[in-house]
Amino acid sequence: MTENAQAAEQHTHPSTGTYLVVAGVLTVITLVEIGVFYVPAFQSILAPVLMILSGTKFALVVMFYMHLKTDHRLFTAAFALPLLIAIAVIVALLFLFGAFSLG
Amino acid sequence: MTHAVAHHTSTGLDNRKMAFWLFIGSECLLFGSLIATYLVYEGRSVAGPTTHEILNIPLTSVSTFVLLMSSLAMVLALAAVTRGDKPWSRVWLGTTALLGSCFLGFQVYEFTHFVHEGLTLHVNLFGSTFFVLTGFHGGHVLVGVMWLLTLLIRSFQGKLGPDKALNVEIAGLYWHFVDVVWIVIFTVVYLIQR
Repeated sequence: MTENAQAAEQHTHPSTGTYLVVAGVLTVITLVEIGVFYVPAFQSILAPVLMILSGTKFALVVMFYMHLKTDHRLFTAAFALPLLIAIAVIVALLFLFGAFSLG
Repeated sequence: MTHAVAHHTSTGLDNRKMAFWLFIGSECLLFGSLIATYLVYEGRSVAGPTTHEILNIPLTSVSTFVLLMSSLAMVLALAAVTRGDKPWSRVWLGTTALLGSCFLGFQVYEFTHFVHEGLTLHVNLFGSTFFVLTGFHGGHVLVGVMWLLTLLIRSFQGKLGPDKALNVEIAGLYWHFVDVVWIVIFTVVYLIQR
């Protein structure tokens, strides 16, 4: 690797400290998820709370560990477009098979 | 561009990395369909063990933590390879493969336990959709572990210098994708039980 490429690499990718902080946050969120699962008071809002926490973990890994926060936007598009289609398919099938009720 | 690339591309981006992101996009559709199938049939089993009776949340929480930490080890491996630090790149690549193997061990234990409890691929809709979804994910983890071990061998052969950092980055993209898929599976299959 050339010096310029190494400099670009260091600029593009987060530092070791950032990786450790992200790992800490991921651990805390996982602990909160498990805690929420066992607290009876949260049972009525369990699904939305867990989806938000899970979505946050997903976004942290994709942005910092997969470097989409700093990488070229074409990579983000190549990932985000199929992801949105997959989410749309899941939601559509759940409606189609009556897992959700609009009434 | 983040790496020294000999060839010119119309986007200015490395073709291998672009192709791999497109592959990951296609994997989103694969796992999206498997997750959708699981959710559609969840709670519709007429016989056999169900989610409430059989899923072991504490055990799966530990395996989830193991997989999350493997992602940390993977980014540290990439950072070490990029700066040409051979000893630490080997340590972190080995750690990632080891943690991935631990996750697979948890999954093998869980599957064996479920079969002993009477949950198999054909016993009910939950068994079919659960084993297909988590089995596909486990298969991906297995491929990832083999990929990491290959990189580790290349490192010991002295063929994994900073000029090959993109190879490690692409392996890392695969590994992190496997991790994010598990983040979703852990939530929708294990924690949100209808």
